[in-house]
Amino acid sequence: MTEIVLTVEDVEVTFPTGTLIDGLRGRPRSIKGVAGVSFSVARGETFALVGESGSGKTTLARAINGLQPVSAGHIEFEGKAVEGQDRAGLKAMRRRMSMMFQDPVGSLSPRLNVGQLIAEPFRIHGVEGRDLRGEVVRLLNLVGLSNDFAERYPHQLSGGQARRVGVARSIALDPTLIIADEPTAGLDVSVQGEVLNLLNDLRERLGLSMVIITHNLHVVHHVADRVAVMYLGRFVETGPTGEVFRDPRHPYTAALLSANPEPDPDKAHDRISLPAEVPSLLNRPPGCEFHTRCPWAREDCRTRVPRPEPLGNRMISCHYPLEAGAKPPERTPA
Amino acid sequence: MTVLAVSGLSVEFTTEGGTLQALRDVSFEVPERKIVGVVGESGCGKSTLINAILGLLADNGHVSAGEILFEGAQELTTLDPTSMRALRGERISTVFQDPMGALNPVLSVGRQMVNVQYRSGRSKAEKTARAVEMLQKVRIPDAEKAVNRYPHEFSGGMKQRIAIAMALMMEPALLIADEPTTALDATLEVATIELLKELQEEIGCSVLFISHHLGVIAELCDEVIVMYAGEVVERGDVRDIFNDPRHPYAHRLLDCDPARQKGLVRHLPTIPGEIPDLRARPEGCIFRPRCHRAEARCTETPPEIVVSPGHMARCWVAEVPERAEAAR
Ligand SMILES: Nc1ncnc2c1ncn2[C@@H]1O[C@H](COP(=O)(O)OP(=O)(O)OP(=O)(O)O)[C@@H](O)[C@H]1O
Ligand SMILES: Nc1ncnc2c1ncn2[C@@H]1O[C@H](COP(=O)(O)OP(=O)(O)OP(=O)(O)O)[C@@H](O)[C@H]1O
Ligand SMILES: [Mg+2]
Ligand SMILES: [Mg+2]
Repeated sequence: MTEIVLTVEDVEVTFPTGTLIDGLRGRPRSIKGVAGVSFSVARGETFALVGESGSGKTTLARAINGLQPVSAGHIEFEGKAVEGQDRAGLKAMRRRMSMMFQDPVGSLSPRLNVGQLIAEPFRIHGVEGRDLRGEVVRLLNLVGLSNDFAERYPHQLSGGQARRVGVARSIALDPTLIIADEPTAGLDVSVQGEVLNLLNDLRERLGLSMVIITHNLHVVHHVADRVAVMYLGRFVETGPTGEVFRDPRHPYTAALLSANPEPDPDKAHDRISLPAEVPSLLNRPPGCEFHTRCPWAREDCRTRVPRPEPLGNRMISCHYPLEAGAKPPERTPA
Repeated sequence: MTVLAVSGLSVEFTTEGGTLQALRDVSFEVPERKIVGVVGESGCGKSTLINAILGLLADNGHVSAGEILFEGAQELTTLDPTSMRALRGERISTVFQDPMGALNPVLSVGRQMVNVQYRSGRSKAEKTARAVEMLQKVRIPDAEKAVNRYPHEFSGGMKQRIAIAMALMMEPALLIADEPTTALDATLEVATIELLKELQEEIGCSVLFISHHLGVIAELCDEVIVMYAGEVVERGDVRDIFNDPRHPYAHRLLDCDPARQKGLVRHLPTIPGEIPDLRARPEGCIFRPRCHRAEARCTETPPEIVVSPGHMARCWVAEVPERAEAAR
């Protein structure tokens, strides 16, 4: 039986927004950044989160890491609930579950040099008995930086170099789960390959599990076992990566995959174009929340809320899942 | 006309371990109404190039040789700071990798968007209307309300789009964009590219566009510059570069794109070896230590080989395409 490392059940995260006046006027005073998602990650598995910017990927990652309180639902890591942990509990947990942050430079303290930054996890977790200098060198080399980088400060690094320092920090304590938020954004394709191969080697060697957030669909295709597509804080489609890429069943997934730019100047793109206006979380559309942009939307999609339903190996939130190769109908969306 | 002409540009940083040559003898042009893409290894000097153009090199960096001519009239490496600042506000605008660099965390985005229009002569109401219009253009929902919100209340991708909106508002002659679409999902990335193209045509500006996303470069750019270790190793029309790369580095880079892998590969291709220590550059061709086509003469500085008009590669073997060589 596969061992489950991480379980996320009906998790919601709300942010307070708006003023008392908004409340009195009947405007919502909070938004749901994550609006009820469920999934699990097995040992050694790579699970990818993709989706629109602002769809709640980072917020979900922060909730899993205990950096962001959940307003509903349950998160379990290695058999223990994440929510409700005290500081000490979270600290112990974060040693085994490390987080690579989206913003590479901003997440590095500008006053520490690279050597100190890489040694920081050992210090925070009071790891004794390791040769810190030796560990720093080992980790620098693992991520493809020469030893002299130890003396540099974050502002003296290129974006890609800062990213590699982030990778080194996150694998320092041999975690069982890495949550990587855009781990290769800002890297050239060769270094991107190196970072992903490195994470993948660790996955194979140490049975590491990964939750990887990325906008690079080509990367997802090659490295992830399963993928979840997020829209307005919910999963609209979840399933094995190969299947989802071969025939996306949710219209948003189909649009996303068709948009993917290809490295060929003469490629004729047959794109499913979506109306520009992304709905606001303050004003979620009724019915299916994607209906305002969905080329296939029918009348009842405006009123009837779809629930995630199993479809083969997948979970889909759509009343009318697409057939393979479906072309958008020649009409303006509902 | 040429909007930007960089010739023989070299930039050095002073570091504890010695002088680091981040750019060496960089030459290229950005023609009017063209979008020029820059690609290359992380750390090859793309951001340094931009900072040199904008007069924003870090304190430990300086231009050690070369010229940057803007609109055929102003030489940017020697321009006084006041004129440079004025130019940056009016004629050259930027979008950076990290949107928070462009956004002030303690001011609402509307306030900031009004502030950048300070030279426009518009009324307060007009400025605000323009801010709302620009936010709508980059697909920020509830634009009328969004102007009152603070940067931290937006997602990473939304912040980047707001930064783009701010850069577009000034209708510059040259827009310099350093990985502006890195944080966007594919649908918005494509929308942003289309938006950039639209703007570029609308106001007739040129764009210098840096990205690691080769698909975006292929789709957006007219011309492409390939950099390696601070040097321009190849440049040409976008089709020259993608269909007939002549520098082995350019060739390898394209080969590494996951988008070009046929079938599924868990182990992605990479370029073996490391970028050289820029404080002690090797003699001859900078790519030689990693190049599978290296020959004896590569220990000497390679010439710029003109492959076809507008397409050049700094490599001894550039005249023979790799495929032809493999067939021999
Ligand atoms: N501290 C906060 N206060 C209020 N709203 C927030 C806060 N943090 C995030 N949000 C909102 O929650 C939603 C989800 O944001 P999140 O950063 O998780 O998106 P994302 O999917 O990671 O996007 P991106 O791909 O752009 O990084 C967005 O609408 C964002 O504006
Ligand atoms: N202030 C500085 N002091 C010392 N070295 C620096 C400084 N700024 C940049 N460098 C070095 O100069 C080289 C070029 O850096 P630059 O940021 O221009 O690279 P880049 O091409 O933009 O990389 P990326 O794609 O990762 O953003 C790198 O080796 C970097 O470490
Ligand atoms: Mg995010
Ligand atoms: Mg850079």
